[in-house]
Amino acid sequence: MRLTYPTSVKIVRVPCTGKVDVQHMLRAMEKGADGIYIVGCKEGECHYKYGNLRARRRVEQVQKILNAVGMQSERVQMYNLSSSDAPLFVKYAEEMNDRIKKLGPNPIKARAKSKDQQAA
Amino acid sequence: MIVADKKPVEEIIEYVKDSSKILVLGCNECVTVCEAGGKKEVGVLASALRMYFANQGKDATVDERTLERQCDHEYLEEIRDIADQYEAIVSIACGVGIQFTAEKYHSIPVYPGVNTRFLGVTEQRGLWTERCQACGTCILAYTGGICPVSRCAKRILNGPCGGSTKGSCEINKEVPCAWQLIIDRLKAIDRLDLYEKLFPIKDWSTDRAGGPRKVEREDVKI
Repeated sequence: MRLTYPTSVKIVRVPCTGKVDVQHMLRAMEKGADGIYIVGCKEGECHYKYGNLRARRRVEQVQKILNAVGMQSERVQMYNLSSSDAPLFVKYAEEMNDRIKKLGPNPIKARAKSKDQQAA
Repeated sequence: MIVADKKPVEEIIEYVKDSSKILVLGCNECVTVCEAGGKKEVGVLASALRMYFANQGKDATVDERTLERQCDHEYLEEIRDIADQYEAIVSIACGVGIQFTAEKYHSIPVYPGVNTRFLGVTEQRGLWTERCQACGTCILAYTGGICPVSRCAKRILNGPCGGSTKGSCEINKEVPCAWQLIIDRLKAIDRLDLYEKLFPIKDWSTDRAGGPRKVEREDVKI
């Protein structure tokens, strides 16, 4: 198919979305990621039974924490698709890319940058 | 184990928002098992606090540390050298650990990061239920190993009461009637004779009503 998706998306491969922990997502946000989305198998079709359902719960937890600290929770999302569905993968990547573009850069990163500039 | 529940991040932020050097202190024991105050939760809370401060444009350091226990001198001593650097400690151990940390580090404010709930068990992942109220005079030998003090809403010793319906308590159908459980269990171990006996008035002087309690054992004192 040779489909293309936004270059802003960096893929971190994990054996199952159940491997992704709240801490991993928070660390990424803390270090300045503009957004994170977890792409798991379709619900009910997890090879490890509940990995994708756990990931969804964890994404919800991260969203709650982001809200609590005053950051937009929409920066973190959960998507599900079949591993052979490339067009849907591209659609989700574009959707997420658009969402983040609308939200702008991670406020933490933006603040750190402006501080660096002030210091310089 | 002692079961605790996480406090909302907003509440913890409210405690420490004016501090600029904070230590989030976890405990490797009960609160780790009930996933409220272990190393992982320390990481999550510290990360949330760092993001909060960064988002506010405030320079603040939030460090992480998890002790083996916060209810023993020797483990709490491990932070002796570093404690003075902090303007605030958020302890996510149980209420015991939080208090002991505060006692030991007298001049540093120690804030709770969890709500300590009860002595209980992990029924399944994410579900903890109460089993003991530490009344100080255990009667489990007579009740088939099921505690009417912690599991009966009325704490009655000669039950069930009239509110027991189809094995459930009247306060909530989801709550099993402790006395139904006791009878079923005594039947299973062929000790229904214990149920026939009237329970004498229990000695409640060892319960919390007598004020803070202590256990003193000469045989283990050094």
